[in-house]
Amino acid sequence: MATVDLSQFHQTFFEESREGLDAMEAALLALDSGSTDHELVHTIFRAAHSIKGGAATFGFADMAAFTHVAESLLEEVRSERRAVDAGLIDLLLRSLDCLRGMLDRTSHGQPAADAGSEALRAELAQLVAGATAPVAAKASVAAATGWAIRFVALPHLLQTGNDPLRVFNELQALGRLEVLRAFVTESAPADFAMLDPGQCHLGWELRLHGAVARADLDAVFDWLDGDCELAIAPLAAAPVEAVVATPVPVAAATPAAETPAPAREATAASSAGHADGGSIRVGIDKVDALIDMMGELVITQSMLSDIGEHFDLSQLERLREGLAQLERNTRELQDSVMRIRMLPIGSVFNRFPRLVRDLERKLGKQVRLELHGEHTELDKTVLEKIGDPMVHLVRNAIDHGLEMPEQRRAAGKPETGTLTLDAHHEGSNIIVRISDDGAGLNHERIRAKAVERGLVSAAQPLSDDEVAELIFQPGFSTAAQATDLSGRGVGMDVVRRNVRDLGGSVGVKSVAGQGSVFTIALPLTLAIIDGLVTTVGAERYIVPLISIVESLRLPADAVRRTAGGGEVFRFRDEYLPVIRLHHAFGCADAVTAIERGIVVVVEDGGQRVGLLVDELVGQQQAVIKSLEKHYQQVQGVSGATIVSDGSVALIVDVGGVVRLGRRSKAA
Amino acid sequence: MAKILAVDDSASMRGMVAFTLRGAGHEVTEAENGQLALDAAGGSAFDLVLADVNMPVMDGISMVRALRAKPEYKGVPILMLTTESHTEKKMEGKAAGATGWLVKPFDPEQLLATVKRVLG
Repeated sequence: MATVDLSQFHQTFFEESREGLDAMEAALLALDSGSTDHELVHTIFRAAHSIKGGAATFGFADMAAFTHVAESLLEEVRSERRAVDAGLIDLLLRSLDCLRGMLDRTSHGQPAADAGSEALRAELAQLVAGATAPVAAKASVAAATGWAIRFVALPHLLQTGNDPLRVFNELQALGRLEVLRAFVTESAPADFAMLDPGQCHLGWELRLHGAVARADLDAVFDWLDGDCELAIAPLAAAPVEAVVATPVPVAAATPAAETPAPAREATAASSAGHADGGSIRVGIDKVDALIDMMGELVITQSMLSDIGEHFDLSQLERLREGLAQLERNTRELQDSVMRIRMLPIGSVFNRFPRLVRDLERKLGKQVRLELHGEHTELDKTVLEKIGDPMVHLVRNAIDHGLEMPEQRRAAGKPETGTLTLDAHHEGSNIIVRISDDGAGLNHERIRAKAVERGLVSAAQPLSDDEVAELIFQPGFSTAAQATDLSGRGVGMDVVRRNVRDLGGSVGVKSVAGQGSVFTIALPLTLAIIDGLVTTVGAERYIVPLISIVESLRLPADAVRRTAGGGEVFRFRDEYLPVIRLHHAFGCADAVTAIERGIVVVVEDGGQRVGLLVDELVGQQQAVIKSLEKHYQQVQGVSGATIVSDGSVALIVDVGGVVRLGRRSKAA
Repeated sequence: MAKILAVDDSASMRGMVAFTLRGAGHEVTEAENGQLALDAAGGSAFDLVLADVNMPVMDGISMVRALRAKPEYKGVPILMLTTESHTEKKMEGKAAGATGWLVKPFDPEQLLATVKRVLG
């Protein structure tokens, strides 16, 4: 028999198990917040149950053993033999975390169990009433030389899909089968014409000769419990007694199938090398859309090649049409392909109910969490990386933003604070907002801290927004007293850096006494940007459209030199530094006179600079190719792309260039 | 070879069952829960149904009951794939009309042996 390589299903198992744990967590948290919906308990049970089944099937014995005890506990809850209380939910949440860890370790080919999981398993097992120690299968080796069997089918036997013939075949496989007598039962109708062929009215007296184990015999009849009357006695014993429906000891039949195979452990470990390949689950509708687009593209292609085969000028119009269609197809195909990588942000949001609950307990605060826009879709890479910065912002909001219940009451606010996570589209950006109705930023303290850290001078006048900006400065921490949540040296500057790495920006608005709103703006995708193609000397540079404020031609006298040797120009009531791209990137033969070039005003994180380029070529969507992967990281350049004429253009990293400009402004 | 309907909400289990049976030459239709299985069963005749017990939307036991209510599924073998090692759950399945069961975890060989046992 061909062996089946089960490792191909491991990845699916890991993914569905993680999803199951997420569902379990959501259900546990719903129970925790007072819901009595019994379906929640079923959901939790089902998740544990599936993981147990899968883990055992695919040979992850540690995980199967752990989920087995968890499931036993859940079974007690499901059958209402155990009440749900906060302690139980805590324990189950801890078990869930433990399982997540076990899954991660297993998917990386490491042993799943560790001291923590073993301790937790023991704790669970202790709790399970009358711990379900597996009942040792009774030694059931037949001493007899055979068995006398009386087997009477009940009329409905055939309707359960069973067949007496199967029984005879299997008995024959065990030993020599002798049919002493076959008879028609009393249930048979007297009139043959009334006989229903779907009903069975037969019985048999059989003898099975040979040293057959009782367990093997029971296994033959195990599916027939309730479908037949059965009496089994060892041969040479008293003749078969009056027929009683004997409950077949099913338990004896199953141990063979339940043997946990330690040998499978090795398979699991060896196949774990290709563990987390990173796959993505895509909705069928997205794939269908893709195939649809593909079909249209093929039609366009054949139309164009048809034109190309016998081309003359009279067909110019058709060629134009064809090309326009090709452009449309390409764009739609591109959208569809991009959509494959898009996943709802709900998967990130889902971590927060748990985090909020834990923080509430730890800090003694009361928080109501509201989630909006869970279905907003984000690029998978962005989605994976946005979690940490968001966790940090949520922690901060609860730790520093929301007040203790008594303070809130004193301020005339409800004791329970509200934390809102919201995601929505805005143009080609995704906006994620984290808002709280807490005390708002403490401008006095921020300012004092910034002065103390030497970030600003005590005399410098600062607007509220400028003060708020200070918290994103490296090394800034507002906590007067470092709690064990924040003050770990990871400040808001790290949040901003992480978001920037994703091509996004983060800012804060705050009103004293009313709360703060942190806004993260993220690009829809990291793979493609809308860019403005510019030339600098013989080179081409692409400036991301999203960061462009305005492009303008300046007269020569509009630019002034600063004491430090930098150049600035006046733009809408502020002086912006000029960055000569030819200078920054060392391009030869570029326009050096300001009045002959174009100044592109760009903005990043509220800071603006003017970039001097030779001329503007046009807009283009650029598929970003990583420079780091092919060459090395270059300051001020975020990647490269291929422009329409086939040459390579570099994509300007506006954030990097702005930081460059700020340095020259400060100088 | 036989036409088999495999019903399980777990993609990995379903995948394993379907892959194994296809490898043995059977024609396998997959369904994610009892309701979808009923829909599939309405459209085509199967020689064997393998169904998980715990599933969302419609569990395996309700599915068996609904299948058995259809005249064309009166005598078709239906096996429950179950981790329930205790008897009550199996009996509940039997009472609903299941032919028998296969206890999880099972490996491909055990699956094929059981299928052979029913289909002959």
